[in-house]
Amino acid sequence: MEITHTHSKSHTGYGGYVLIWLILIGLTVLTVSVSGIDFGNATLPLALLIATIKSVLVINIFMHIKHEDKIFRLFIGVALLILIVAFVFTAFDVFFR
Amino acid sequence: MREATYNEQVTDGTMNIKETNPISHAVSEPHPHVHRDDIGSKLGMWLFLFTEILLFGGLFILYMAYRFQYSEAFHIAARDLNVNIGTLNTIILLTSSLTMALSIAAIQKGKRILSMTLIASTIAFAAAFMVNKYFEWGAKFAHGIYPGSSHLLEKEKGEIIFFGLYYSMTGLHGIHVMVGIILLSIMFVSVWRGKTNPDKFIILENSGLYWHLVDLIWIFLFPLFYLIH
Repeated sequence: MEITHTHSKSHTGYGGYVLIWLILIGLTVLTVSVSGIDFGNATLPLALLIATIKSVLVINIFMHIKHEDKIFRLFIGVALLILIVAFVFTAFDVFFR
Repeated sequence: MREATYNEQVTDGTMNIKETNPISHAVSEPHPHVHRDDIGSKLGMWLFLFTEILLFGGLFILYMAYRFQYSEAFHIAARDLNVNIGTLNTIILLTSSLTMALSIAAIQKGKRILSMTLIASTIAFAAAFMVNKYFEWGAKFAHGIYPGSSHLLEKEKGEIIFFGLYYSMTGLHGIHVMVGIILLSIMFVSVWRGKTNPDKFIILENSGLYWHLVDLIWIFLFPLFYLIH
């Protein structure tokens, strides 16, 4: 058999995953019910904030990043930074043209 | 009580691995060295996921620019989308992510049948998502709203762009869901045949990563298209 056993440690238990799923469903219900209310300029940021919280939960728990080596967080950080730079520079061009 | 038995199983599992390792070492002496690097494999998967994020990210940048330019039209056009189907599909996809994560936890604990059942559930949820998508798009097509339709082209420019982005982004996402169905079907067979087992399940983990990414993209697509009133 294989010599190297680089098993990731046992991640979250069944119950932990179900809990995260419940929170994700709750946030979905929240974002839908909140969308009916007019918060003016805050409506879009609020929807994006909820989506970001959901993403953080999915990445950390479902995608096991919480239990993974630090190198994964570094990789994801760099990738997100590149994406944010692309967004910010395009936004500057589009918004202040 | 349940907690206790569950913990026992976990410790049992790790004990087994530690105990059998030196033995399998000795047995495998005559065999050629099999190199395996699970972390490297996972990093490779993440690198692929980054290209996916950039692919969709480009489309999201396009969305941002056009939403800024045609804010009013986007709000009007979004009213034609069915929030109920969108919400239902969000819940379906989140639940499929749960069954996916659970299937990996199950195989780690050596519960092969449970893992297969959970993979099958994930596939079923993915299929349900696509069925909803079929009815959703079908209703749009029936109302004459599809790319290049005369009814759509009569609308304002911003609305045409909104539906252009809607069809390309949710369409590309739908293709990813279908690829996911194929991938997870392969995983089902892999677990069934024992190629994916408690000792070697990296391929299932990587498939899981792909599936969660598909979910992640939908987490952003849903509010940006369905929830602007």
